[in-house]
Amino acid sequence: MKLEYEVQGGDFAHAGSASSQVKRILKQINLEHGLIKRIVVALYEAEVNIVAHAYRGRISIDIDVERILIRLADEGPGIPDIDLAMQEGYSTASPEVREMGFGAGMGLSNIKKNADELAIESEVGKGTTVTILIKFKEGT
Amino acid sequence: MQGRFFYHALKVNRDICHGCTHCLLECPTHAIRIKNGKALVNPDLCVDCGRCLEVCPVGAIEIEQDDFDKIFDYKYRVALVPSVLIGQFSLDVWEQQIFSVLMDMGFTHVFEAEEGIDILLHIFPRLVDPDTPRPVISSYCPAVMRLIQVRFPSFVNHINRFKAPLSIVSAFYRQVLIGSGAKDEEIGIFYVTPCAAKIAAVKTPGGERQIGITGVINMNFIYNKICQALVKQKTARECSLPTINPISKTALLWSLPGGENRLIKGRALSIDGIHHVIEFMEKLENDEIGDIDYLEFRACDQGCAGGALNIGNRFLNVERLYKRAEACGASMTDSAEASSAGRPRDGRSANIERYAESLRSISTTASVSPQPMEGIDGDMGEAIRKMEMAQKIFETLPQTDCGLCGSPGCRLLAEDVAKGDANILQCVFMMKRKLLAEADSSERRDELMRYIWGERKFTDS
Repeated sequence: MKLEYEVQGGDFAHAGSASSQVKRILKQINLEHGLIKRIVVALYEAEVNIVAHAYRGRISIDIDVERILIRLADEGPGIPDIDLAMQEGYSTASPEVREMGFGAGMGLSNIKKNADELAIESEVGKGTTVTILIKFKEGT
Repeated sequence: MQGRFFYHALKVNRDICHGCTHCLLECPTHAIRIKNGKALVNPDLCVDCGRCLEVCPVGAIEIEQDDFDKIFDYKYRVALVPSVLIGQFSLDVWEQQIFSVLMDMGFTHVFEAEEGIDILLHIFPRLVDPDTPRPVISSYCPAVMRLIQVRFPSFVNHINRFKAPLSIVSAFYRQVLIGSGAKDEEIGIFYVTPCAAKIAAVKTPGGERQIGITGVINMNFIYNKICQALVKQKTARECSLPTINPISKTALLWSLPGGENRLIKGRALSIDGIHHVIEFMEKLENDEIGDIDYLEFRACDQGCAGGALNIGNRFLNVERLYKRAEACGASMTDSAEASSAGRPRDGRSANIERYAESLRSISTTASVSPQPMEGIDGDMGEAIRKMEMAQKIFETLPQTDCGLCGSPGCRLLAEDVAKGDANILQCVFMMKRKLLAEADSSERRDELMRYIWGERKFTDS
């Protein structure tokens, strides 16, 4: 099944709404709750990244019996050095954003920890596309 | 109404229920549908929180209770009353007066259930098991425990391993009575409950959370009895006054918001109201919130003072308990302090020491099992197909969440339709649209409307 969500940059008030809706669906399809947790945590982090850094973005999700594929494409400043951004604790967030509990620099590494596959493509000045794959069974 | 896992104390009185939408839209687990003009509760989803009872405008939701005369089957008849029972009455009514009415009703012993907290704190130095993953979730409120099992099953291992203090106090007094010569089968211990969830927890077979409780009596029943007796009594002197065991300030305020947290070292939050608990758990599940050590959840607003069987105003109840705690504060040392200072306070402390070992052995509970709600279909491929269908149906619905279709809102109707449990034309807007588009046979329409709302709403009366 396919799902689409629009995310508005800077709209912290609604950050996490896509994750909550996806979580509801995952519970309805009887996915094991450990897997649900991994998916929701990865998706939430990625969703907040759009809100915190980009101007706008779109989340496209495809679920079948074997895996969930999440693609988050944003229009934004892009990431100049992806390897650096992947490091735990690296953050470009302003002190104000950190005050709000975001921007601790754990986002991308936390996504990586929960994903089976993670791909990041970015063009400075245009935007970033994050693709997350989480398999439902070992070895599929 | 019994489910796969849970015993339920809440019942719909089908003679009174007229199928309005109040409970349907309020239920935190979406367990209710309107069928044939009556509320129908899914026993696998109901957590006995009592929200339906609170919003029902006609009193159609009832809480079952044991026949009061059952107490006379026992030679020793013990009443365990929660502090919030005393909070029902103004400060002019003494605790002893209230207890004395219970004695006049036929009980041989009356104790405050909160004594269990002092006993628990006495026999265990720490309230929280260090091996339980953070945040530890309080095991005090049985409606919250069920909510976690059903809606947030990945958090069952966070539930505190200590049993509810009610189990401890009942086990304690049973042992004390046996120690003074009573036979086990001669002892009947009855809990006066402020809510439905406690009844359900006592009666769920295999749950065994409340050891040794014989029966449950609803607090509103006792409230009436006390009021009737108070009308007749001129002064407190005219009633038989049993002595009341002192309880600590901590124990007295335990069931209220913040009651447990005053003993927690670290970051603890107290959250009352089941919808607030759900809101918080959703965020916790997303990892949006971290670094919390303890969560004191209460399904009812203002904790047990807001239980569905309370008659008095919950805020006045809280006020009285705080006033009582203040008044007692000077003369009562906190039991935890008393025990650490090695000062036995009274005969009860000696008994606690005597039975400490066996009480310790029954005070922790085996792990709580997850009981996740069933998805839309047991087969994942089929479930995905049905959720896809539900999403498409939802987009066509008016999204008014009016409940007139008999389901709690448009999203739930969409899922009920995809599941095959409902027809999309149960939506009054969809029906109207269809009628406008094509002159459908009125018989088909009538049949569907009667299916949701029953015969009575369509006949002149």
